[in-house]
Amino acid sequence: MVLAENASWIFRFTPYLVFGTVIFAGAVVPILSINLPLALSADVIVLVGMFAISRFFTALAGMDIGTAFGGMGSSREMMVASLAEPAMLMAIFTVSLINKSTSLSHIADVMYGGHMLLKPSLAFAFIAFVLITLAETGRIPVDNPSTHLELTMLHEAMILEYSGRHLALIEWAGMMKLFLFMALGSALFYPWGIAKTEGPVEILFATVVILTKLAGSGIVLVLIETGLAKMRLFRLTEFLGTAFLMATLGMLSFFILE
Amino acid sequence: MNLQIAADINSFLAAFVLLTAFAMLVQKRIYSLIHLFAWQGLLLSLNTAIVGYVANKHHLYISSVLTLSLKVFVLPYILHVLVVRLKIRREVETLVNIPMTMLIGLALVIFSYHLMAPVSELSTLITRSTLAIALATVMIGLLMMITRKHAVTQIIGFLAMENGLFFAATSATYGMPLVVELGVALDVLIAAFIFGIFFFHINTTFESLDVDQMARLKEED
Repeated sequence: MVLAENASWIFRFTPYLVFGTVIFAGAVVPILSINLPLALSADVIVLVGMFAISRFFTALAGMDIGTAFGGMGSSREMMVASLAEPAMLMAIFTVSLINKSTSLSHIADVMYGGHMLLKPSLAFAFIAFVLITLAETGRIPVDNPSTHLELTMLHEAMILEYSGRHLALIEWAGMMKLFLFMALGSALFYPWGIAKTEGPVEILFATVVILTKLAGSGIVLVLIETGLAKMRLFRLTEFLGTAFLMATLGMLSFFILE
Repeated sequence: MNLQIAADINSFLAAFVLLTAFAMLVQKRIYSLIHLFAWQGLLLSLNTAIVGYVANKHHLYISSVLTLSLKVFVLPYILHVLVVRLKIRREVETLVNIPMTMLIGLALVIFSYHLMAPVSELSTLITRSTLAIALATVMIGLLMMITRKHAVTQIIGFLAMENGLFFAATSATYGMPLVVELGVALDVLIAAFIFGIFFFHINTTFESLDVDQMARLKEED
Protein backbone atom coordinates (compact mmCIF):
# COMPACT_ATOMS: atom_id res chain seq x y z
CA MET A 1 0.00 0.00 0.00
CA VAL A 2 1.39 3.38 -1.01
CA LEU A 3 0.54 6.38 1.14
CA ALA A 4 1.28 9.98 0.22
CA GLU A 5 3.91 11.60 2.45
CA ASN A 6 1.72 14.51 3.51
CA ALA A 7 -1.42 12.42 4.07
CA SER A 8 -3.07 13.25 7.39
CA TRP A 9 -5.28 11.04 9.55
CA ILE A 10 -8.31 12.06 7.48
CA PHE A 11 -6.89 10.32 4.46
CA ARG A 12 -6.25 7.08 6.39
CA PHE A 13 -9.51 7.24 8.32
CA THR A 14 -11.87 7.91 5.37
CA PRO A 15 -11.98 4.40 3.79
CA TYR A 16 -13.04 2.84 7.09
CA LEU A 17 -15.64 5.53 7.68
CA VAL A 18 -17.06 5.15 4.17
CA PHE A 19 -17.23 1.40 4.57
CA GLY A 20 -18.75 1.74 8.03
CA THR A 21 -21.54 4.06 6.92
CA VAL A 22 -22.45 1.67 4.12
CA ILE A 23 -22.54 -1.25 6.58
CA PHE A 24 -24.80 0.81 8.86
CA ALA A 25 -27.05 1.74 5.92
CA GLY A 26 -27.27 -1.96 5.04
CA ALA A 27 -28.54 -2.66 8.54
CA VAL A 28 -31.30 -0.05 8.20
CA VAL A 29 -32.64 -0.71 4.68
CA PRO A 30 -35.17 -3.56 4.62
CA ILE A 31 -33.66 -5.88 2.04
CA LEU A 32 -35.02 -9.30 2.97
CA SER A 33 -37.23 -8.71 5.98
CA ILE A 34 -39.27 -5.85 7.42
CA ASN A 35 -38.36 -6.72 11.02
CA LEU A 36 -34.91 -5.22 11.38
CA PRO A 37 -33.12 -4.97 14.73
CA LEU A 38 -31.75 -1.51 13.91
CA ALA A 39 -34.86 -0.19 12.16
CA LEU A 40 -35.87 1.93 15.14
CA SER A 41 -32.45 3.51 15.51
CA ALA A 42 -32.51 5.32 12.18
CA ASP A 43 -35.13 6.45 9.70
CA VAL A 44 -34.70 7.33 6.06
CA ILE A 45 -33.53 10.90 6.76
CA VAL A 46 -30.69 9.58 8.92
CA LEU A 47 -29.86 7.28 6.02
CA VAL A 48 -29.47 10.26 3.68
CA GLY A 49 -27.35 11.91 6.39
CA MET A 50 -25.06 8.87 6.60
CA PHE A 51 -24.47 8.96 2.85
CA ALA A 52 -23.75 12.69 3.20
CA ILE A 53 -21.15 12.06 5.94
CA SER A 54 -19.35 9.48 3.84
CA ARG A 55 -19.36 11.86 0.87
CA PHE A 56 -18.11 14.75 3.04
CA PHE A 57 -15.14 12.73 4.25
CA THR A 58 -14.37 11.42 0.77
CA ALA A 59 -14.25 15.03 -0.45
CA LEU A 60 -11.98 16.00 2.46
CA ALA A 61 -9.69 13.07 1.70
CA GLY A 62 -9.59 14.14 -1.93
CA MET A 63 -8.29 17.55 -0.91
CA ASP A 64 -6.12 16.24 1.93
CA ILE A 65 -3.19 15.03 -0.16
CA GLY A 66 -3.17 18.23 -2.21
CA THR A 67 -3.14 16.90 -5.78
CA ALA A 68 -4.92 18.78 -8.53
CA PHE A 69 -7.21 15.90 -9.43
CA GLY A 70 -8.31 15.40 -5.84
CA GLY A 71 -9.44 18.98 -5.34
CA MET A 72 -11.16 19.05 -8.72
CA GLY A 73 -13.01 15.83 -8.00
CA SER A 74 -14.04 17.06 -4.55
CA SER A 75 -15.47 20.30 -5.87
CA ARG A 76 -17.37 18.48 -8.63
CA GLU A 77 -18.71 15.86 -6.24
CA MET A 78 -19.90 18.56 -3.87
CA MET A 79 -21.66 20.37 -6.71
CA VAL A 80 -23.51 17.18 -7.65
CA ALA A 81 -24.29 16.48 -3.99
CA SER A 82 -25.68 19.96 -3.35
CA LEU A 83 -28.17 19.40 -6.18
CA ALA A 84 -28.91 15.72 -5.64
CA GLU A 85 -29.55 15.77 -1.90
CA PRO A 86 -32.54 18.18 -1.91
CA ALA A 87 -34.08 16.13 -4.70
CA MET A 88 -33.43 12.90 -2.78
CA LEU A 89 -35.03 14.32 0.37
CA MET A 90 -38.01 15.64 -1.62
CA ALA A 91 -38.62 12.21 -3.19
CA ILE A 92 -38.35 10.57 0.21
CA PHE A 93 -40.67 13.14 1.82
CA THR A 94 -43.26 12.39 -0.85
CA VAL A 95 -43.17 8.68 -0.04
CA SER A 96 -43.20 9.48 3.68
CA LEU A 97 -46.23 11.72 3.29
CA ILE A 98 -48.14 8.99 1.49
CA ASN A 99 -47.26 6.42 4.15
CA LYS A 100 -47.29 8.88 7.08
CA SER A 101 -43.95 7.69 8.40
CA THR A 102 -40.24 8.17 7.79
CA SER A 103 -39.30 4.74 9.12
CA LEU A 104 -38.22 2.52 6.26
CA SER A 105 -39.72 -0.63 7.77
CA HIS A 106 -43.04 1.08 8.28
CA ILE A 107 -43.06 2.50 4.73
CA ALA A 108 -42.34 -0.94 3.28
CA ASP A 109 -45.05 -2.45 5.47
CA VAL A 110 -47.71 0.08 4.39
CA MET A 111 -46.73 -0.05 0.73
CA TYR A 112 -46.90 -3.85 0.85
CA GLY A 113 -50.57 -3.91 1.78
CA GLY A 114 -51.73 -0.64 0.20
CA HIS A 115 -53.59 -0.03 -3.02
CA MET A 116 -50.97 2.22 -4.50
CA LEU A 117 -51.16 1.50 -8.21
CA LEU A 118 -52.69 4.73 -9.49
CA LYS A 119 -50.90 7.34 -7.44
CA PRO A 120 -49.28 10.03 -9.62
CA SER A 121 -47.21 11.26 -6.67
CA LEU A 122 -45.57 7.85 -6.32
CA ALA A 123 -44.87 7.69 -10.04
CA PHE A 124 -43.15 11.09 -9.97
CA ALA A 125 -41.21 10.25 -6.80
CA PHE A 126 -40.05 7.01 -8.43
CA ILE A 127 -38.78 8.76 -11.57
CA ALA A 128 -36.96 11.27 -9.35
CA PHE A 129 -35.49 8.43 -7.30
CA VAL A 130 -34.14 6.68 -10.40
CA LEU A 131 -32.46 9.90 -11.59
CA ILE A 132 -30.96 10.49 -8.13
CA THR A 133 -29.74 6.90 -7.92
CA LEU A 134 -27.80 7.48 -11.14
CA ALA A 135 -26.27 10.64 -9.67
CA GLU A 136 -25.54 9.33 -6.17
CA THR A 137 -23.94 6.08 -7.27
CA GLY A 138 -21.95 7.80 -10.00
CA ARG A 139 -23.28 6.02 -13.06
CA ILE A 140 -23.63 7.28 -16.64
CA PRO A 141 -24.92 9.97 -17.53
CA VAL A 142 -23.62 11.72 -14.39
CA ASP A 143 -20.29 10.02 -13.82
CA ASN A 144 -18.59 7.06 -15.41
CA PRO A 145 -17.36 4.57 -12.80
CA SER A 146 -15.06 2.80 -15.25
CA THR A 147 -13.03 5.87 -16.19
CA HIS A 148 -9.66 6.25 -14.60
CA LEU A 149 -7.24 9.10 -15.24
CA GLU A 150 -9.61 11.11 -17.39
CA LEU A 151 -10.44 14.77 -17.15
CA THR A 152 -14.17 14.09 -16.88
CA MET A 153 -14.08 11.87 -13.79
CA LEU A 154 -15.89 12.87 -10.60
CA HIS A 155 -15.78 10.18 -7.96
CA GLU A 156 -12.67 8.53 -9.35
CA ALA A 157 -10.78 11.83 -9.20
CA MET A 158 -11.27 12.08 -5.43
CA ILE A 159 -10.01 8.58 -4.71
CA LEU A 160 -7.19 8.68 -7.25
CA GLU A 161 -4.48 8.61 -4.57
CA TYR A 162 -5.82 5.57 -2.76
CA SER A 163 -4.21 2.16 -3.15
CA GLY A 164 -4.15 -1.24 -1.51
CA ARG A 165 -6.71 -2.09 1.13
CA HIS A 166 -7.95 1.51 1.32
CA LEU A 167 -8.87 1.46 -2.36
CA ALA A 168 -10.45 -1.97 -1.95
CA LEU A 169 -12.65 -0.75 0.89
CA ILE A 170 -13.76 2.33 -1.03
CA GLU A 171 -14.53 0.39 -4.19
CA TRP A 172 -16.38 -2.24 -2.16
CA ALA A 173 -18.39 0.51 -0.44
CA GLY A 174 -19.22 1.99 -3.85
CA MET A 175 -20.57 -1.34 -5.09
CA MET A 176 -22.57 -1.80 -1.90
CA LYS A 177 -23.98 1.70 -2.25
CA LEU A 178 -25.36 0.81 -5.68
CA PHE A 179 -26.83 -2.39 -4.24
CA LEU A 180 -28.33 -0.45 -1.32
CA PHE A 181 -29.94 2.16 -3.57
CA MET A 182 -31.55 -0.60 -5.62
CA ALA A 183 -32.77 -2.28 -2.41
CA LEU A 184 -33.97 1.09 -1.09
CA GLY A 185 -35.93 1.66 -4.30
CA SER A 186 -37.48 -1.77 -3.88
CA ALA A 187 -38.39 -1.09 -0.23
CA LEU A 188 -39.86 2.34 -0.96
CA PHE A 189 -41.75 1.70 -4.18
CA TYR A 190 -42.32 -2.04 -4.82
CA PRO A 191 -41.75 -4.04 -1.62
CA TRP A 192 -43.90 -6.98 -2.73
CA GLY A 193 -42.34 -10.29 -1.72
CA ILE A 194 -40.37 -8.99 1.26
CA ALA A 195 -40.57 -11.21 4.36
CA LYS A 196 -42.83 -10.03 7.16
CA THR A 197 -41.72 -12.67 9.66
CA GLU A 198 -38.42 -14.45 10.28
CA GLY A 199 -39.60 -17.87 9.10
CA PRO A 200 -36.98 -19.66 6.95
CA VAL A 201 -39.46 -20.18 4.11
CA GLU A 202 -40.34 -16.47 3.96
CA ILE A 203 -36.68 -15.46 4.05
CA LEU A 204 -35.87 -17.91 1.27
CA PHE A 205 -38.77 -16.62 -0.81
CA ALA A 206 -37.73 -13.01 -0.12
CA THR A 207 -34.17 -13.84 -1.20
CA VAL A 208 -35.41 -15.16 -4.54
CA VAL A 209 -37.66 -12.12 -4.99
CA ILE A 210 -34.97 -9.56 -4.15
CA LEU A 211 -32.53 -11.32 -6.51
CA THR A 212 -35.11 -11.09 -9.29
CA LYS A 213 -35.71 -7.39 -8.54
CA LEU A 214 -31.96 -6.70 -8.49
CA ALA A 215 -31.55 -8.49 -11.81
CA GLY A 216 -34.40 -6.36 -13.21
CA SER A 217 -32.84 -3.15 -11.87
CA GLY A 218 -29.50 -4.24 -13.29
CA ILE A 219 -31.01 -4.72 -16.75
CA VAL A 220 -32.61 -1.25 -16.56
CA LEU A 221 -29.26 0.21 -15.46
CA VAL A 222 -27.52 -1.47 -18.40
CA LEU A 223 -30.12 -0.08 -20.80
CA ILE A 224 -29.69 3.44 -19.37
CA GLU A 225 -25.89 3.24 -19.47
CA THR A 226 -25.73 1.94 -23.02
CA GLY A 227 -28.45 4.25 -24.27
CA LEU A 228 -27.03 7.50 -22.92
CA ALA A 229 -23.71 9.27 -23.19
CA LYS A 230 -22.03 10.94 -20.25
CA MET A 231 -23.27 14.49 -19.84
CA ARG A 232 -21.13 17.56 -19.81
CA LEU A 233 -20.56 18.74 -16.26
CA PHE A 234 -22.50 21.96 -16.77
CA ARG A 235 -25.56 20.13 -18.04
CA LEU A 236 -25.78 18.20 -14.77
CA THR A 237 -27.69 21.10 -13.23
CA GLU A 238 -30.45 20.44 -15.77
CA PHE A 239 -30.39 16.70 -15.09
CA LEU A 240 -30.56 17.11 -11.33
CA GLY A 241 -32.99 20.02 -11.69
CA THR A 242 -35.28 17.60 -13.51
CA ALA A 243 -34.95 15.17 -10.60
CA PHE A 244 -35.85 17.95 -8.16
CA LEU A 245 -38.77 19.01 -10.38
CA MET A 246 -40.10 15.44 -10.49
CA ALA A 247 -39.82 15.01 -6.72
CA THR A 248 -41.52 18.35 -6.04
CA LEU A 249 -44.26 17.59 -8.59
CA GLY A 250 -44.80 14.31 -6.74
CA MET A 251 -45.22 16.14 -3.48
CA LEU A 252 -47.50 18.78 -5.02
CA SER A 253 -49.68 16.22 -6.74
CA PHE A 254 -49.99 14.47 -3.39
CA PHE A 255 -51.43 17.67 -1.90
CA ILE A 256 -53.51 18.64 -4.92
CA LEU A 257 -54.86 15.36 -6.20
CA GLU A 258 -54.96 12.92 -3.28
CA MET B 1 -65.64 0.78 -13.69
CA ASN B 2 -66.63 2.39 -10.43
CA LEU B 3 -66.36 6.07 -9.60
CA GLN B 4 -63.28 5.82 -7.38
CA ILE B 5 -61.17 4.16 -10.08
CA ALA B 6 -62.41 6.71 -12.63
CA ALA B 7 -61.45 9.55 -10.28
CA ASP B 8 -58.00 7.97 -9.78
CA ILE B 9 -57.47 7.67 -13.54
CA ASN B 10 -58.62 11.27 -13.89
CA SER B 11 -56.06 12.45 -11.32
CA PHE B 12 -53.36 10.36 -12.94
CA LEU B 13 -54.04 11.86 -16.38
CA ALA B 14 -54.16 15.35 -14.83
CA ALA B 15 -50.74 14.78 -13.28
CA PHE B 16 -49.37 13.76 -16.65
CA VAL B 17 -50.92 16.80 -18.34
CA LEU B 18 -48.96 18.89 -15.82
CA LEU B 19 -45.85 16.84 -16.57
CA THR B 20 -46.16 17.48 -20.32
CA ALA B 21 -46.64 21.18 -19.57
CA PHE B 22 -43.36 21.20 -17.64
CA ALA B 23 -41.65 19.13 -20.33
CA MET B 24 -42.71 21.73 -22.93
CA LEU B 25 -41.47 24.50 -20.67
CA VAL B 26 -37.95 23.06 -20.56
CA GLN B 27 -37.74 21.43 -23.99
CA LYS B 28 -35.20 23.04 -26.29
CA ARG B 29 -35.79 21.25 -29.58
CA ILE B 30 -38.71 22.49 -31.62
CA TYR B 31 -39.74 19.09 -33.06
CA SER B 32 -39.86 17.57 -29.57
CA LEU B 33 -41.98 20.53 -28.48
CA ILE B 34 -44.53 19.76 -31.18
CA HIS B 35 -44.55 16.08 -30.18
CA LEU B 36 -45.08 17.01 -26.54
CA PHE B 37 -47.95 19.29 -27.55
CA ALA B 38 -49.56 16.36 -29.39
CA TRP B 39 -49.11 14.13 -26.32
CA GLN B 40 -50.75 16.74 -24.11
CA GLY B 41 -53.69 16.82 -26.52
CA LEU B 42 -53.98 13.04 -26.37
CA LEU B 43 -54.01 13.07 -22.55
CA LEU B 44 -56.66 15.82 -22.57
CA SER B 45 -58.81 13.91 -25.00
CA LEU B 46 -58.61 10.71 -22.91
CA ASN B 47 -59.38 12.71 -19.78
CA THR B 48 -62.41 14.35 -21.39
CA ALA B 49 -63.75 10.98 -22.51
CA ILE B 50 -63.39 9.57 -18.98
CA VAL B 51 -65.07 12.61 -17.42
CA GLY B 52 -67.85 12.24 -19.98
CA TYR B 53 -68.29 8.61 -18.99
CA VAL B 54 -68.30 9.36 -15.25
CA ALA B 55 -70.62 12.38 -15.47
CA ASN B 56 -72.80 10.71 -18.12
CA LYS B 57 -72.55 13.76 -20.37
CA HIS B 58 -72.55 12.61 -23.96
CA HIS B 59 -71.50 15.90 -25.51
CA LEU B 60 -68.12 15.47 -23.82
CA TYR B 61 -67.47 12.50 -26.13
CA ILE B 62 -67.85 14.85 -29.09
CA SER B 63 -65.44 17.36 -27.62
CA SER B 64 -63.06 14.49 -26.82
CA VAL B 65 -63.07 13.38 -30.47
CA LEU B 66 -62.71 17.01 -31.52
CA THR B 67 -59.68 17.43 -29.23
CA LEU B 68 -58.20 14.20 -30.56
CA SER B 69 -58.50 15.19 -34.20
CA LEU B 70 -57.57 18.85 -33.77
CA LYS B 71 -54.88 18.88 -31.09
CA VAL B 72 -53.27 15.53 -31.72
CA PHE B 73 -53.27 15.49 -35.53
CA VAL B 74 -54.22 18.73 -37.28
CA LEU B 75 -52.46 21.40 -35.21
CA PRO B 76 -49.18 19.47 -34.74
CA TYR B 77 -49.24 18.76 -38.49
CA ILE B 78 -49.71 22.46 -39.32
CA LEU B 79 -46.90 23.40 -36.91
CA HIS B 80 -44.69 20.71 -38.38
CA VAL B 81 -45.27 21.95 -41.92
CA LEU B 82 -44.60 25.50 -40.70
CA VAL B 83 -41.30 24.52 -39.10
CA VAL B 84 -40.21 22.61 -42.21
CA ARG B 85 -41.20 25.40 -44.63
CA LEU B 86 -39.57 28.11 -42.51
CA LYS B 87 -36.42 25.94 -42.24
CA ILE B 88 -36.15 26.32 -38.47
CA ARG B 89 -33.23 24.10 -37.59
CA ARG B 90 -31.42 25.50 -34.59
CA GLU B 91 -32.36 24.94 -30.99
CA VAL B 92 -34.86 27.22 -29.35
CA GLU B 93 -33.31 29.94 -27.24
CA THR B 94 -34.68 30.76 -23.82
CA LEU B 95 -34.39 34.04 -21.98
CA VAL B 96 -34.06 32.48 -18.51
CA ASN B 97 -31.94 29.37 -17.94
CA ILE B 98 -33.68 26.01 -17.68
CA PRO B 99 -33.40 25.21 -13.92
CA MET B 100 -34.62 28.72 -13.08
CA THR B 101 -37.60 28.29 -15.41
CA MET B 102 -38.42 25.02 -13.67
CA LEU B 103 -38.38 26.71 -10.27
CA ILE B 104 -40.65 29.53 -11.49
CA GLY B 105 -42.98 26.86 -12.91
CA LEU B 106 -43.08 25.08 -9.55
CA ALA B 107 -43.87 28.37 -7.80
CA LEU B 108 -46.74 28.87 -10.27
CA VAL B 109 -48.12 25.41 -9.45
CA ILE B 110 -48.08 26.22 -5.72
CA PHE B 111 -49.69 29.61 -6.42
CA SER B 112 -52.52 28.09 -8.46
CA TYR B 113 -53.04 25.43 -5.79
CA HIS B 114 -53.53 28.17 -3.20
CA LEU B 115 -55.79 30.11 -5.54
CA MET B 116 -57.97 27.13 -6.34
CA ALA B 117 -58.16 25.55 -2.87
CA PRO B 118 -61.33 27.47 -1.80
CA VAL B 119 -63.01 26.78 -5.15
CA SER B 120 -62.27 23.07 -4.87
CA GLU B 121 -63.75 23.06 -1.37
CA LEU B 122 -67.05 24.44 -2.71
CA SER B 123 -67.26 22.11 -5.67
CA THR B 124 -68.92 18.72 -5.43
CA LEU B 125 -67.77 17.37 -8.79
CA ILE B 126 -65.52 14.34 -8.98
CA THR B 127 -63.01 16.35 -11.02
CA ARG B 128 -62.65 19.18 -8.49
CA SER B 129 -59.09 18.32 -7.47
CA THR B 130 -57.79 18.76 -11.03
CA LEU B 131 -58.84 22.43 -11.14
CA ALA B 132 -55.54 23.59 -9.66
CA ILE B 133 -53.66 21.51 -12.24
CA ALA B 134 -55.66 23.11 -15.04
CA LEU B 135 -54.89 26.62 -13.80
CA ALA B 136 -51.22 25.68 -13.42
CA THR B 137 -51.19 24.45 -17.04
CA VAL B 138 -52.55 27.82 -18.19
CA MET B 139 -49.92 29.68 -16.15
CA ILE B 140 -47.09 27.48 -17.42
CA GLY B 141 -48.23 28.10 -21.00
CA LEU B 142 -48.09 31.82 -20.28
CA LEU B 143 -44.63 31.46 -18.71
CA MET B 144 -43.51 29.61 -21.83
CA MET B 145 -44.71 32.50 -24.00
CA ILE B 146 -42.76 34.92 -21.79
CA THR B 147 -39.49 33.01 -21.59
CA ARG B 148 -39.13 32.09 -25.27
CA LYS B 149 -37.69 34.33 -27.93
CA HIS B 150 -38.88 32.46 -30.97
CA ALA B 151 -42.30 33.22 -32.45
CA VAL B 152 -43.21 29.58 -33.23
CA THR B 153 -42.51 28.45 -29.66
CA GLN B 154 -44.57 31.35 -28.37
CA ILE B 155 -47.47 30.06 -30.45
CA ILE B 156 -47.00 26.58 -29.00
CA GLY B 157 -47.12 28.22 -25.58
CA PHE B 158 -50.35 29.94 -26.56
CA LEU B 159 -51.88 26.65 -27.71
CA ALA B 160 -50.74 24.99 -24.46
CA MET B 161 -52.56 27.76 -22.59
CA GLU B 162 -55.68 26.98 -24.59
CA ASN B 163 -55.26 23.32 -23.62
CA GLY B 164 -55.18 24.40 -19.99
CA LEU B 165 -58.35 26.46 -20.37
CA PHE B 166 -60.14 23.53 -22.00
CA PHE B 167 -58.98 21.31 -19.15
CA ALA B 168 -60.20 23.88 -16.60
CA ALA B 169 -63.63 23.93 -18.25
CA THR B 170 -63.84 20.14 -18.14
CA SER B 171 -62.83 19.90 -14.50
CA ALA B 172 -64.79 22.91 -13.22
CA THR B 173 -68.18 22.37 -14.86
CA TYR B 174 -67.94 19.13 -16.86
CA GLY B 175 -67.21 21.10 -20.01
CA MET B 176 -68.64 24.16 -21.68
CA PRO B 177 -71.82 23.88 -23.80
CA LEU B 178 -71.16 22.14 -27.10
CA VAL B 179 -71.76 25.27 -29.18
CA VAL B 180 -69.06 27.16 -27.27
CA GLU B 181 -66.63 24.28 -27.58
CA LEU B 182 -67.19 24.00 -31.32
CA GLY B 183 -66.66 27.75 -31.62
CA VAL B 184 -63.42 27.65 -29.62
CA ALA B 185 -62.12 24.70 -31.64
CA LEU B 186 -62.82 26.55 -34.88
CA ASP B 187 -61.17 29.68 -33.50
CA VAL B 188 -58.02 27.78 -32.58
CA LEU B 189 -57.89 26.20 -36.03
CA ILE B 190 -58.33 29.55 -37.79
CA ALA B 191 -55.78 31.12 -35.44
CA ALA B 192 -53.25 28.45 -36.35
CA PHE B 193 -53.78 29.19 -40.07
CA ILE B 194 -53.45 32.93 -39.52
CA PHE B 195 -50.30 32.42 -37.45
CA GLY B 196 -48.88 30.37 -40.27
CA ILE B 197 -49.58 33.03 -42.88
CA PHE B 198 -48.26 35.81 -40.65
CA PHE B 199 -45.08 33.88 -39.90
CA PHE B 200 -44.32 33.63 -43.60
CA HIS B 201 -44.79 37.39 -43.93
CA ILE B 202 -42.70 38.15 -40.83
CA ASN B 203 -40.03 35.77 -42.03
CA THR B 204 -39.80 37.40 -45.47
CA THR B 205 -39.77 40.93 -43.99
CA PHE B 206 -37.35 40.44 -41.09
CA GLU B 207 -35.57 37.27 -42.31
CA SER B 208 -35.94 35.92 -38.78
CA LEU B 209 -38.64 34.81 -36.37
CA ASP B 210 -36.77 36.02 -33.30
CA VAL B 211 -39.11 38.50 -31.63
CA ASP B 212 -36.16 40.64 -30.52
CA GLN B 213 -35.82 41.67 -34.15
CA MET B 214 -39.36 43.03 -34.11
CA ALA B 215 -38.63 45.51 -31.32
CA ARG B 216 -36.99 47.79 -33.88
CA LEU B 217 -39.78 48.81 -36.18
CA LYS B 218 -38.29 51.98 -37.62
CA GLU B 219 -35.72 51.93 -40.34
CA GLU B 220 -32.12 52.27 -39.34
CA ASP B 221 -30.32 55.49 -40.14
